[in-house]
Amino acid sequence: MGRTRTPVVSGWFTEDGPEGGGFRLLGTRCSACTAVFFPREDAYCRNPRCPGGGLLAEVPLSPRGRVWSYTDGRYRPPAPYASDPDAPWEPYTLVAVELEAEGMVVLGQTAPGVTVAELAVGMEVEVVGGVLNEDADTGTVWTTWQFRPTGGAA
Amino acid sequence: MSADIAVLGAGMHPWGKWGRSFVEYGRAAARTALADAGLEWADVQSIVGADTVRSGYPGYVAGATFARALGWQGARVTSVYAACASGAQAIGAARAQILAGLADVVLVVGADAAPKGFFAPTGGDRPDDPDWLRFRVLGATNPAYFALYARRRMAVYGDTPEDFAQVKVKNAAAGALNPLARYRKPVTAEEVAQSAVVADPLRLLDICATSDGGAALVLSSMDFARSRGVGDPVRIRAVSTVTPTYPRTVLDLPDIATDSVTAVPPAPGSFRASIARAAYEEAGLGPEDLSLAEVYDLSTALELEWYEDIGLCAGGEGAKLVREGATALGGRVPVNASGGLASFGEAVPAQAIAQVCELTWQLRGAAGDRQVPGARAGITANQGLFGHGSAVVAVR
Ligand SMILES: [Zn+2]
Repeated sequence: MGRTRTPVVSGWFTEDGPEGGGFRLLGTRCSACTAVFFPREDAYCRNPRCPGGGLLAEVPLSPRGRVWSYTDGRYRPPAPYASDPDAPWEPYTLVAVELEAEGMVVLGQTAPGVTVAELAVGMEVEVVGGVLNEDADTGTVWTTWQFRPTGGAA
Repeated sequence: MSADIAVLGAGMHPWGKWGRSFVEYGRAAARTALADAGLEWADVQSIVGADTVRSGYPGYVAGATFARALGWQGARVTSVYAACASGAQAIGAARAQILAGLADVVLVVGADAAPKGFFAPTGGDRPDDPDWLRFRVLGATNPAYFALYARRRMAVYGDTPEDFAQVKVKNAAAGALNPLARYRKPVTAEEVAQSAVVADPLRLLDICATSDGGAALVLSSMDFARSRGVGDPVRIRAVSTVTPTYPRTVLDLPDIATDSVTAVPPAPGSFRASIARAAYEEAGLGPEDLSLAEVYDLSTALELEWYEDIGLCAGGEGAKLVREGATALGGRVPVNASGGLASFGEAVPAQAIAQVCELTWQLRGAAGDRQVPGARAGITANQGLFGHGSAVVAVR
């Protein structure tokens, strides 16, 4: 059976961002008040002081940001998180990343192999594409966003 | 006009893992509160239930479920849900009915029968539900969020895991004196440090468990209390059930991102601080007037944030307060004299009601070995996911 790559949530990221920019998270921006939303709001603007009448247009988010905080999951989370109950649990790392231009903090897992020991608050990280899990029955590879250190100074 | 209402009765079913229906716990708590008030169930004109989402339909209509279990007697019924803030909303609804003259005596009940382990979202494939998405996409459990806040405190304020452990030590010492608590054993800092890491930097003993339990209050108008010969009851002076203001800048359960601050600058202070501020403003008192506080210690580190948010100290000074013993029994302003969630474990819809039960006993001078001497005013503080504030000020 062929394997198909499917975003775990459709419309939240793209593998080819603008200007050959590669992987980018996708939000929306209100044309009336400039408020940015991630996860994307397509139906309405949530800024209570928005003058209204705007359109919510898709916008790629900054590819880089700085670590706001981080943690890991030492125990298997409950469904709907997908994991093989027969396999030993491998902790994953969660990182909250501050995007300066958008003025917001976005949560994500780190790229494989990036543990809490390699992170520090303030460290620069970049967003990359990755695999959340593979569904052997359907051949679906569920893709997601991940963060990894850029190697830049904290 | 006084906006006070009287607390005539308080009652709880002990917290634990009893393996029975939440209805039993709620009914038992209600009967204890009624006995404490010296009233019959038939005297109650209105019942407000704090819902639970973990027990099927009866949980969504908790007010009616408890009314049926106590025996239908025709009372007006209300059921409310606001996650961890459900209890405060139930108290708020009861108070509104009393102050509006719709009822003289209202019974407020919340109870839960909690599953073991992590709280999980309700089943099915629900990509429109942020609570489902955070588990599906990130595996972000509740302790993961608590751990993000804890790590942030360590980086910004220099808090240490040892500071966090002191909160557990303090709350376990108080809980050991509370017959209603689930965990009644003192805990040492070494025991916290030796417990397993759940979500770095938090360990098992930094994080509250999930429990079964039930709590109830009998609330009345001040006139009704006087007519029953209760001239100086514990009074509820403020109930804060505020929502956040846009843009929210702290990553909160179950969100995957904060709001953006590009369009509107954020208001000063956190959402949690605004919860307490609204309660203080309504009550006409401030943190300097407090004898004690009950705050939502979902994690040890989060209790330190609450110190700052309810104004016991400036931002970043929470750890100093616990190190000095200011918030322990015998300290300047004891926090979680009940033992807190650390000693109880969380029974979601009952918890905010249980906080007010503790204030009631403390303000009556009836808290036994954990009594805060001369207690005159207390605040409860709590936050329900999806943007629910919860704070109650009670005075004597
Ligand atoms: Zn707008």
